[in-house]
Amino acid sequence: MTTTEKRLGAAANFVDERLGAAGWMKKSLNKVFPDHWSFMLGEICMYSFVILLLSGTFLTLWFDPSQRDVIYEGVYAPLKGLKMSAAYASTLDISFEVRGGLLMRQIHHWAANIFMAAIVAHLLRVFFTGAFRKPREFNWILGIILLTLGFLEGLFGYSLPDDLLSGVGLRITSAIVQAFPVIGSYFSFFLFGGAFPGVGFIPRMFTIHVLLLPGAFLAVITIHVMLVWYQKHTQFPGAGRTEKNVVGHPILPVYMAKAGGFFFIVFGVTAFLGAVASINPIWLYGPYTPGQISAGSQPDWYMGWLDGLVRMAPPLETHAFGHTISWNILIPALIVPGIIFTLMAFYPFIESWITGDKREHHLLDRPRNVPNRTALGAMSITFVLIALINGGNDILATNFHMSINQIMWFSRIAIFILPPIAFIITKRLCLSLQRSDRDLVLHGRETGRLVRMPSGEFVEIHEPISAEKRWILTSHEQRAPLELPPVDARGVKRQQALKNKLRVRLSKAHSVAVPKVSAAELKEIEQH
Amino acid sequence: MKQISLYRRHKAAGPLLLIIALLGIGTTFNIASATMKAPSNTFDRSAAIEEGKQIFLKGCSSCHGINAIGGAIAPSLIGVGAASVDFQVGTGRMPMADMNTQAMRKKPVYNEKEVAALAAYIASLAPGPAVPTDAVLNYERDGNTAEGGQLFRNNCAMCHNFAGQGGALTQGKYAPTLMGVEPKYIYEALITGPQSMPVFSDKTITPAEKLSIIKWIKAAEAEPNLGGATMGRIGPVSEGLVVWILGLGLLIAIAVWLTTRAR
Repeated sequence: MTTTEKRLGAAANFVDERLGAAGWMKKSLNKVFPDHWSFMLGEICMYSFVILLLSGTFLTLWFDPSQRDVIYEGVYAPLKGLKMSAAYASTLDISFEVRGGLLMRQIHHWAANIFMAAIVAHLLRVFFTGAFRKPREFNWILGIILLTLGFLEGLFGYSLPDDLLSGVGLRITSAIVQAFPVIGSYFSFFLFGGAFPGVGFIPRMFTIHVLLLPGAFLAVITIHVMLVWYQKHTQFPGAGRTEKNVVGHPILPVYMAKAGGFFFIVFGVTAFLGAVASINPIWLYGPYTPGQISAGSQPDWYMGWLDGLVRMAPPLETHAFGHTISWNILIPALIVPGIIFTLMAFYPFIESWITGDKREHHLLDRPRNVPNRTALGAMSITFVLIALINGGNDILATNFHMSINQIMWFSRIAIFILPPIAFIITKRLCLSLQRSDRDLVLHGRETGRLVRMPSGEFVEIHEPISAEKRWILTSHEQRAPLELPPVDARGVKRQQALKNKLRVRLSKAHSVAVPKVSAAELKEIEQH
Repeated sequence: MKQISLYRRHKAAGPLLLIIALLGIGTTFNIASATMKAPSNTFDRSAAIEEGKQIFLKGCSSCHGINAIGGAIAPSLIGVGAASVDFQVGTGRMPMADMNTQAMRKKPVYNEKEVAALAAYIASLAPGPAVPTDAVLNYERDGNTAEGGQLFRNNCAMCHNFAGQGGALTQGKYAPTLMGVEPKYIYEALITGPQSMPVFSDKTITPAEKLSIIKWIKAAEAEPNLGGATMGRIGPVSEGLVVWILGLGLLIAIAVWLTTRAR
């Protein structure tokens, strides 16, 4: 043993004697993680969160979360001498007078946008590959909670600088709060500390933005990651991969080196964006006053679809018993997102109810092998995209010389028509891909080599695919739809006939598939 | 000097001198004639009005009517003033190319002199706002940038965007970008209210305030991109596009690269 090894051994022993950590460390450090690029999306989320914590802490050192009036006397000439809130003035100071302040602000904002984009991409990966199935339903719900927290945290961060754009965002927030029937206006008064814009909202929002929500984030992220650790990561089907093992790299050294390196890459890309691309140039927006608004006021992209839904809602209001119910806000900003998020959170349970599958799953689905789920995902993406496009309808109208009214009417109609069409097309595509998989297994790969037979006939040579690939294409399970006959095996009439009928129908739709190649079929074709 | 005198017998010396002399004469004449053109007496004015009338009859009367009293598809021009003509024709909006939505800025059909003649003709029909002179337009001296910014955000930003980049109005109409628009035309637009724009009379926004607005617009135009590439200064829509394409796109590409190397 060299001296270094001796010293390290002594240090490790010192720790182990006091904490008894050796056993746990040995087990944990040999933990294996499967390798696939889409498994790194979650890492992007985590790393951007760390970047957000670091850059955010830097910003709190100079930010003054107060709506107190000040006269701006800083270096930015076009705003000199104007009355503004201390929050806005200090954000200007961070941008222009604090060394590295503007870079930090831009890194913070870009990181927030990347954070949300990575969450959405991660969510789509988990959804389309069926990684949310038993035993990971809780982790799926935690993910939805993180997404919701991200919306709130983003909205508050966007609103803190108190510039013209963020003020407009708060105006809409207050309108949405007021749209709650009966309690709305009281709730708004409570939140803003008086009539909008009030004097209390920015300091309150600040505390929530830098203390409460990051704390909640930290807690939920920790549980989220610990559950991945405890339940082990899912893996794609492949040679040697079963429901009972994990094939990949041990955490030390390969995985750790890669993950650590990837953190710096994420930080690098974020810092690069922060250095070269302007985001939220608050000095151009000017200070917020309720009488002003700018054309093209938009929320950040992850709120854009909600804005788009509100923009396409027809002006409907009901006056009853001295209260106004604004359906035009209530439906698109509260009811529809409420339904969407609830369905999303409960989707794992809904799917297992439909399929009747209560087993554990650690091997991922290829999206084409579950056409119904994939189609549902495509349908949801279409819905959100149409709403998002309508959220930017004014920008589209000016940049592409279109009429804003036409875009709005397109969205109003398309939001009902295009998602079902997307569902049908995706389902068909999945089935076609299954058919092509079947062909590939049965007849092999087309080589493009044409051979002329002695009889004069031309044939293309097909090459059989590797056993490994054949395994990937055929290892998935094709379950028969649920059967719930009205009278069960013992001749007793089943309860809840209507519910059962619905379940059977859904199950039938869910299990539509092109039958995969069976061993017998493969044998038969090999004898040709 | 000795160096130059060495070349005086060079064969290119003669033609070169001739070119310099011709340029000198031409420039002197040009400057002299420009200063001579300025005064406008009654005679010049009535000649301009007559010329403007001829241009009007040829180019404008088919829509605006023989005596500028308007028609089925175009408004009356009685009392719109010289400023309105200067704005609409000087920026190329009139004659209109496409009547579907609104007149857009394009290469002017008439030159400066013809525009002035047209403006004189329309102004002779009834009094209206005049073309602001260079003395009035001295925004550098009489304007205040910060105050102009406040006024801009109060009165202009809701259509023209916070940075004067333009924005959408209903039915395909739009508020055009203010970047690169000459101070004279901004001033004229304020006092005449072209297309969908309201008139900002001197009672609503005083001439000094108008100059402040112009000064702020010019400052916004000249402002360096302090935070890096601006992506059009149109707010979070372009930022969102950048995040998905450049930010997450790049990170996913790197993730793919990292995981392929492992095999």
